[in-house]
Amino acid sequence: MKRFISPPDLETPELEFPEPERYELREGPFYHFELSRREFVATLGAGLVLSVAVPSGLAQRAGRGGGGGERSVPLAQRMHIGADGLITVFTSKVEVGQGARTQLTQAVGEELEVPVQRITLVMADTAGPDDGGTAGSRTTPATVPALRKAGAAARQLLLETAAATFEVDAKSLSVREGQVEGLPSGKQFSYADLASGKHADALKRELAPGVSVKEVARWRLLGTPVPRVDAAAIVTGAHRYPSDVTRPGMLYARMLRAPSYGAQLQDIDLAPARAVASAVVVRDGDFVGFAAPTSMAAEQARAAAAATAKWTTATTTAPSSDELSAHLRAQTSERSRPDKRGTPEEAFKTAAKVLRETYHIAYIQHAPMEPRAAVAEWVGEQLTVWTGSQQPGRVRQDLAQSLRIPAERVRVIVPDTGGGFGGKHSGEAAVEAARLAREANKPVSIRWTREEEFTWAYFRPGGVIDVGGGLDDKGALIAWEHVNFNSGTSALGTPYAIPNVSTEFKSCNQPLRSGSYRALASTANAFARESFMDELAAAAGADPLEFRLRHLQNDRLRAVLVAAAERFEWRARWKPGTSPRSTGFGLACGTEKGSYVACCAQVEVNESAGTFRVVKVVEAFECGAIQNPANLKAQVEGCIIQGLGGALTEEMRFRDGKMLNASFSRYRVPRFRDVPEIETLLVNRPDLPSTGAGETPIIGIAPAIANALFHAQQTRLRSLPIRSEKFRVV
Amino acid sequence: MTTTVRFDVNGKTQRITTDLKRTLLEVLREDLGLTGAKFGCGEGQCRACTVLLEGKAVAACQTTLDEVAGRKVETIEGLAPADGLHPVQAAFVAEGAMQCGYCVPGMIMATVGLLRRNPRPTREQMVAGLNGNLCRCCGYVNVLKAVQRAAQTFPEAK
Repeated sequence: MKRFISPPDLETPELEFPEPERYELREGPFYHFELSRREFVATLGAGLVLSVAVPSGLAQRAGRGGGGGERSVPLAQRMHIGADGLITVFTSKVEVGQGARTQLTQAVGEELEVPVQRITLVMADTAGPDDGGTAGSRTTPATVPALRKAGAAARQLLLETAAATFEVDAKSLSVREGQVEGLPSGKQFSYADLASGKHADALKRELAPGVSVKEVARWRLLGTPVPRVDAAAIVTGAHRYPSDVTRPGMLYARMLRAPSYGAQLQDIDLAPARAVASAVVVRDGDFVGFAAPTSMAAEQARAAAAATAKWTTATTTAPSSDELSAHLRAQTSERSRPDKRGTPEEAFKTAAKVLRETYHIAYIQHAPMEPRAAVAEWVGEQLTVWTGSQQPGRVRQDLAQSLRIPAERVRVIVPDTGGGFGGKHSGEAAVEAARLAREANKPVSIRWTREEEFTWAYFRPGGVIDVGGGLDDKGALIAWEHVNFNSGTSALGTPYAIPNVSTEFKSCNQPLRSGSYRALASTANAFARESFMDELAAAAGADPLEFRLRHLQNDRLRAVLVAAAERFEWRARWKPGTSPRSTGFGLACGTEKGSYVACCAQVEVNESAGTFRVVKVVEAFECGAIQNPANLKAQVEGCIIQGLGGALTEEMRFRDGKMLNASFSRYRVPRFRDVPEIETLLVNRPDLPSTGAGETPIIGIAPAIANALFHAQQTRLRSLPIRSEKFRVV
Repeated sequence: MTTTVRFDVNGKTQRITTDLKRTLLEVLREDLGLTGAKFGCGEGQCRACTVLLEGKAVAACQTTLDEVAGRKVETIEGLAPADGLHPVQAAFVAEGAMQCGYCVPGMIMATVGLLRRNPRPTREQMVAGLNGNLCRCCGYVNVLKAVQRAAQTFPEAK
């Protein structure tokens, strides 16, 4: 297939400058300055790095990579117990606002029986253990268990060492607030004692097998609304995000960007940029960067150079956002095959009623509050980069590849970052800072502008979705077809019990660089499926709630749907619509990543003004045993409101390889005024394993709104964002 | 063009020699090491850079240094008393009004500016007063609760 701007690659968006030759390595001695594990933990001072052999029962199961968390990490790399009893725990997971730092601290504290105030979590440092990146809602189901097992092993070690020291039965002992309880009168033993060095011999033993984590019924910390552990730093401005990192002598950088996608730099005069005082200018192929003692000076250098730049535009004709659907259909890979259950073709032929509709999905941006940012510092041949990324391990590889240095010489640290939403899996800013820092021989900080973030970061892919359904003469759904062009495979299948189903994902030669997003393609696929279920319910003359329940056998999904509908008083309020009216009610449900969501929405339409508003949302959510109800509620509320943006206003508009709305003034995201009345119902299932909650709660809001609009106006709107000639959101 | 300017930041006089067309945000962050005010958009649309200029909330990214000469600037770093938190900060902690937290310093300064002007705002006035501040984690529900809580304890209103 022809390449327009970037290759379609949903799972692993490529680095913006993948070719290493654009970052030409200067010749020099080829030293390796490896950072050893010992040096890494030495910074923590005296104490004990747990280095006991962990019995096989504690080994974490190997599993799929990517989202990660399933890799086995020895206890020795996981935890450090200080002589002061303070405990440091290591994980490669990042905090981007989803609350992982607090939740993981809670999880370790639960097993150690130590208050959260005495635990420090060192996150996302490639010098530490590798639990994979932060994606796919994997932290709760995979990393929480890994850290709990580490904590349980350390607790067991404490108990066994205390038992041996005082010659008592370990089974008679327990731990509370970091102190061993049940010792002979007057005796004390704590994690600080364990770390004091007097028990070196005791530590050489293997742990007794069968160490297990605490049952949910015995949780003291997990299951409670522990506040953010770093709240004080956040509210005082002391918290340092990647763009806040400063190093001695640091310069600030800007990059020259192409005026449109695919444009090639033909000629540029760098002399005007070099005339800016103290500016460092680097041209390396299409890479043209500027570093200076202030951001303004770097921008002056960039602007001076940009004024002289001559570009050739891309020879291929890229489609505009208005032409997206037709383009994707025309640029489809022929390789895919439908995934079938039953005999869908025959079922569609015998159906009493067949509906087919098409849904359109716009490209949208994650638009995290903190744009991409990185600080790079070279010490000899050793490179350290502080950057905002959900994938520190991948950024390290990107740096090594781009700069042609061994990964062992690259350390990537991700300070808690100002938002990700699936949009920070790449390492562009890290590579830019590192390349400039090497040239400048000084640390370099780069922070993308908002326009760069809206133009050169990757996007949630747009798409086209064809859905078909066949009803028998009793109004039962007997055939289902769902074909997704380009926007992705998540939630492609239907959770409804339909005997004949065909689903297919068709990859396309797409116009924009695309990647992950919060809940991935399930925002798009759930929108199409749940809107279409509503269309089928109307065709069957059924209440949308009853129609869904009739076809739903999944108990967990039924439970959230019924819970949301009851709280919304659906049965009392919803009446079949025959003529347009101002108030509409809609609902939608879905399951993704092992959690379950149902959403009810009320819209108010002002017919004379041609406007509508979402006034009330009730959402029920279930993700197994709730680990932190306060954080969970915040995640669900945040998903609902962020989902309002994708549902109603967000769309990247582009033409001739240029973004037309690359700013917050032209790309409208939800603000305080857009927030409807929200009720969240957190369904707790302590009998079930905890699953992730940062993504799935976003998938219900858009179809619930579209269905509510249909209920009010009998007008079906089949695009994200939801829009029509007749009505616009206010 | 380089010029010397004096202004007050959190009660301390700063004397800076630089290009006065630089933004207040850039100078706070790059020259004074005060990184609490954040860059979010550079066009005054997200207000992550909100600081108080003569007591009024302004977007530091839209304020040039020549505009602050001889005037008084307050940033998030100057808000808390030595022995604890300012009531607005405490309210944000109490309501868990933070996810990634990047917007929080701007939200807090906007709230302080609002409450100084109007110590007992209605809910509608709070929404209007903070509508310029974006939170992309969309933690607006808890932020509004924090503003409501802060309005009940705001010292100037006593």
